[in-house]
Amino acid sequence: MSRLSERPDDAVVGLALPHESAALHVTGHALYTDDLVHRTPHVLHAHPVCSPHPHARVTRLDATPALAVPGVVRVLTADDVPGTNDAGVKHDEPLFPEVVMFVGHAVCWVLADTLEAARQGAAAVEVDYEQLPAIVSLAEAIEAEHFQGGQPVIARGDVEEGLAGATRVFSGVTEMAGQEHFYLETHASLALVDEGGQVFVQSSTQHPSETQEIVAHVLGLDSHHVTVQCLRMGGGFGGKEMQPHGFAAIAALGAVLTGRPVRLRLSRTHDMTMTGKRHGFHAQWRVGFDDDGRLAALEATLTSDGGWSLDLSEPVLARALCHVDNAYWIPHVLLHGRVARTHKTSQTAFRGFGGPQGMLVIEDILGRCAPLLGVDPVDLRRKNFYVESQATPYGQVVRHPERLAAAWDQVLETGDVVRRRAGVAAFNAAHPHRKRGLAVTPVKFGISFNFTAFNQAGALVHVYKDGSVLINHGGTEMGQGLHTKMLQVAATTLGVPLAKVRVAPTRTDKVPNTSATAASSSTDLNGGAVKDACEQVLARLREVDAGRGLPWAELVREAYFSRVQLWAAGFYRTEGIHWDSTLMSGHPFKYFAYGVAAAEVEVDGFTGAHRTVRVDIVHDVGDSLSPLVDIGQVEGGFVQGVGWLTMEDLRWDESDGPGRGRLTTQSASTYKLPSLGELPDELHVALLEHAHEDGAVYGSKAVGEPPLMLAFAVREALREAVAAFGPEGASVELASPATPEAVFWAAERARGAAPDHVVEGLPGAVPDRPDPAAPPLHPRSEQAAGAAGEG
Amino acid sequence: MPDPQVTVNGRPRPLVGTPTHTNALDFLRGLGLTGAKEGCAEGECGACAVMVVRPAGAGSRWTPVNACLVPALALDGQEVVTAEGLGTPEHLHPVQAGLAAGGGSQCGYCTPGFACSMAAEYYRPDRPEGPDGFDLHAIAGNLCRCTGYRPIRDAARALDAPAPADPLAERQARPAPDVVRTRVDGFDRPGDLAEALALLAEHPDAVVVAGSTDWGVEANLRGRRASHVVAVDRLPELRGFSTDGPIEIGAALTLSEVEAALGGTVPLLTEVWPLFASPLIRNGATIGGNLATASPIGDLAPALLALDATVVLASAYGDREVALADFFTGYRETVLRAGELIRAVRVPAPLAAHATFRKVAKRRYDDISSVAVAAALDVVDGTVVRARIGLGGVAATPLRARATESALEGRPWTAETVEAASLVLANEGTPIDDQRASAAYRSAMLGNALRAWWCEAWGEGESS
Repeated sequence: MSRLSERPDDAVVGLALPHESAALHVTGHALYTDDLVHRTPHVLHAHPVCSPHPHARVTRLDATPALAVPGVVRVLTADDVPGTNDAGVKHDEPLFPEVVMFVGHAVCWVLADTLEAARQGAAAVEVDYEQLPAIVSLAEAIEAEHFQGGQPVIARGDVEEGLAGATRVFSGVTEMAGQEHFYLETHASLALVDEGGQVFVQSSTQHPSETQEIVAHVLGLDSHHVTVQCLRMGGGFGGKEMQPHGFAAIAALGAVLTGRPVRLRLSRTHDMTMTGKRHGFHAQWRVGFDDDGRLAALEATLTSDGGWSLDLSEPVLARALCHVDNAYWIPHVLLHGRVARTHKTSQTAFRGFGGPQGMLVIEDILGRCAPLLGVDPVDLRRKNFYVESQATPYGQVVRHPERLAAAWDQVLETGDVVRRRAGVAAFNAAHPHRKRGLAVTPVKFGISFNFTAFNQAGALVHVYKDGSVLINHGGTEMGQGLHTKMLQVAATTLGVPLAKVRVAPTRTDKVPNTSATAASSSTDLNGGAVKDACEQVLARLREVDAGRGLPWAELVREAYFSRVQLWAAGFYRTEGIHWDSTLMSGHPFKYFAYGVAAAEVEVDGFTGAHRTVRVDIVHDVGDSLSPLVDIGQVEGGFVQGVGWLTMEDLRWDESDGPGRGRLTTQSASTYKLPSLGELPDELHVALLEHAHEDGAVYGSKAVGEPPLMLAFAVREALREAVAAFGPEGASVELASPATPEAVFWAAERARGAAPDHVVEGLPGAVPDRPDPAAPPLHPRSEQAAGAAGEG
Repeated sequence: MPDPQVTVNGRPRPLVGTPTHTNALDFLRGLGLTGAKEGCAEGECGACAVMVVRPAGAGSRWTPVNACLVPALALDGQEVVTAEGLGTPEHLHPVQAGLAAGGGSQCGYCTPGFACSMAAEYYRPDRPEGPDGFDLHAIAGNLCRCTGYRPIRDAARALDAPAPADPLAERQARPAPDVVRTRVDGFDRPGDLAEALALLAEHPDAVVVAGSTDWGVEANLRGRRASHVVAVDRLPELRGFSTDGPIEIGAALTLSEVEAALGGTVPLLTEVWPLFASPLIRNGATIGGNLATASPIGDLAPALLALDATVVLASAYGDREVALADFFTGYRETVLRAGELIRAVRVPAPLAAHATFRKVAKRRYDDISSVAVAAALDVVDGTVVRARIGLGGVAATPLRARATESALEGRPWTAETVEAASLVLANEGTPIDDQRASAAYRSAMLGNALRAWWCEAWGEGESS
């Protein structure tokens, strides 16, 4: 047990506590960025003028008519930018574009005394466009070879040799749609100019430091002139990691130019049409199995739909490639990745950050091939698990694979899976028009930012003379319970009651140069930093105490009068990790988080409608810091994953009509996310026991992202239920999302002819092999200052 | 007429000067009551839910609605409670305490809305005790993106009965506030039908609103603005209910009120209610408004078509009665003339012996139908003597499946007839491809509607 992970007796970490803001949440007293508007006098409201075309050159922009609208104060255009006209870090995202790249792209912003006036002003702005050809779908982009950024490759062994030596070889294509974050709070910023020209921006941002950097470079200021604060967010899920910067910059620019506070809050429609989403992916694959059903070789080419700019698409792709193996040992591997450039929103981080898309590929392969191999999918998955000392295709030895096996066994036992699968078979035999399926799937998810430099964090801990403690750290709170855990860490380290500790809102002038609250690693990183700061203070207090065992308040008072520093800045960096993004190899992850889910579903053969009957989950969070928070993350992540895989259906107009490129599911009435009705009738979640993680704060593990991928169990259960409509042993191709319509058509195909979605034999359908000389990364990626974040 | 005002969390708040298009959510937030949030501005997410006092029998009921859809001026004279009015961080309301302790909030943004929806159900006077006493449909119109709902469900099911002296419970013993006439620039709430019709004559371009669940979306999402709004949802002449002869339902009764008034006497509609939008919408939307908006999908219209319903239209020239099957004339168009209102909906008795409502959508609850099929049959001595089938989502208007009806009437009610009629039904309407479903799927769903009904109700080998 390491010093970092060692947990004292009577620790406050490990207690099941409600969210630190729960009482504020339930009473409506918790404040979010846009709630501050009503507490800020003389606010101007910002409204965008959005492109109706997916790709067009702006040939004329006349804002004069807007200024005639009563209440309109100013229209912001490219001419107003004193610094850099760019909202990103790679200079491929102009804040005010000359060429619009997607439907909804803002060409200018109107500021007015009321939102109503700003809206009317925006409608009055005259813009002429010269339309340009647009690539809307991923298929079109692949056909046109319209890519952006680097084209990384992960290779191990000799895939040709591996396939040639395999008993059975299959090839096919797997496609999956993206996902809208649909955080309940849309993007919001409120900017004002403080004393001395200091710009203060309150923003719903997961990455305040990067928001600060972008605001500064747009304004042509140094970072120390700009402070960004995030009180809390109404959900983030990765959608507020890279995307808030431009909105914050608009608000800040408006505040600087008008001298009045500027509020920018996106309507839901604007949020959905203007901001990035989870990447849809297309994957071509060839896979070989040996006599025993063991994976022998895998070749795959993954193409993500990046949208109009690079944003975080490269690191998302890297994580996807690093997770194609999921929990399975594959001796020979060749993985290619590329990012399509399409005229859509710039796709971005979303819980799992490419990991889910990578893992879906192998789970889809196993789900489709199991019947062809004549192997029970439960057995096929289990027999391919990593074992001790085996390494991932990128070269990292998989530590603690036995924990995954333990979780698997526990789910099978507590979920009564063997008996219930027999029950499913009996149900299916008795019901011609309704079928059930029960599937079990594993999750292995790497924790740390792939890019090593981001794995650092800072904290500021103040002990006041009265013994009360105030902590600041670099992470933001978006509902995931980070602040709750940080309070528990501080109370544990200092040995004080929880009530003695408060956490202050995240601000760039308290803790600088922070990484995004992302990659599930904020507790590991900020927890390490908070602990470090507390230990510094504690060490000084121990000297004062000199073994007397003084009560806390007394000790603090005495320390103050002895002129002992009662605050400290803490710092943490994850040790022992390294990553070469050129070779796509190294030891990028501090550890892996594991989980297993078993899901039983029922499908109505008449409509394809389906419901989840029961789910059993065992998930590995190490030694939980905060069990109520962790279980909440597991359940919430799982349901969000089920939404992605079975319901949430992003549709763009891919026709050649006038609406081409338009997102047709741009509101809550057309884009459906899970509601209470999607909660499984039975949901059993257990945290894996004996799961101490030596390398993380108080023995815990990250929990934000991994549970999302537990939802594969539902998708695979749907596949099995659909297969039951067909002849014994049918292989089923299932679209993602598996909406009722998709499930219905899959069942129709299962009832009909033999499957044609998999090619057997060599050479099979050989995946595209992109130019081996292509660089693995965009030249501006992974720069130290203002480098791209990752979630 | 006194200046318009609304009582919020027990405190009178002036509405004077509030623009017609300002919704209750923005009004409340402007007061500094920022607990209610805008999540979608179209009544889909429930983050803006608040409770209003509505009449119920001799007393009243706390009724949750989406504040984003209600014009602020429509609250004149009413009483509203927001999450801030339920409890404080120091003294949580039982609903709030349960949500907080059980992990029912993560990001907290949807939470005040959940608290209001849950509190309204908590105060339902006839709510049975015990975990099943809480009707989970009460929170079907609230979306949470963080928790996955399990802790919210558990918090709801763990609620006890309100304490005896709970002031919000006691409030329900007294009647709802009297309806007040509102007359401000751009917004009128007339006191009776005659006044309403006069106003419509005076303002031919006026937008008529009841629950405003449709107009609110137009105003919020599409920026539509009315030169004049006339609120008709409290007109006494539009709020009648009678079962003498045909069932006559006042057009301004909300769907929740209709559901309560019918009390299960029309089984086809009993099937519709839980599938129709959400309680937050049904508490605002009226039966007349639902028909007048003439949505091609509207789940109620197919059901009422199958029930052979008629609508009673009132104007300065008196009433006229129109068969619902003749009411819809085109996409979002009806036979309603300028200055005319739907006064009531009539459902003839006796009802058909067999009826079904089948809705296909991406999500089980609170979704818009890809296809809705309502069917009502009378079978005498094994022969279909009368068939009425209403369809939604497969044409520019809700429509009767007349060819299918002909394929059923006079035939023996057998699997063979069902199969033959299903082939006809699959070709009814003119379904299109859109973001909800493909045309092919819609046709397939039409074709399977009767087959599924047959299997469930008469078939063999399928038991639940």
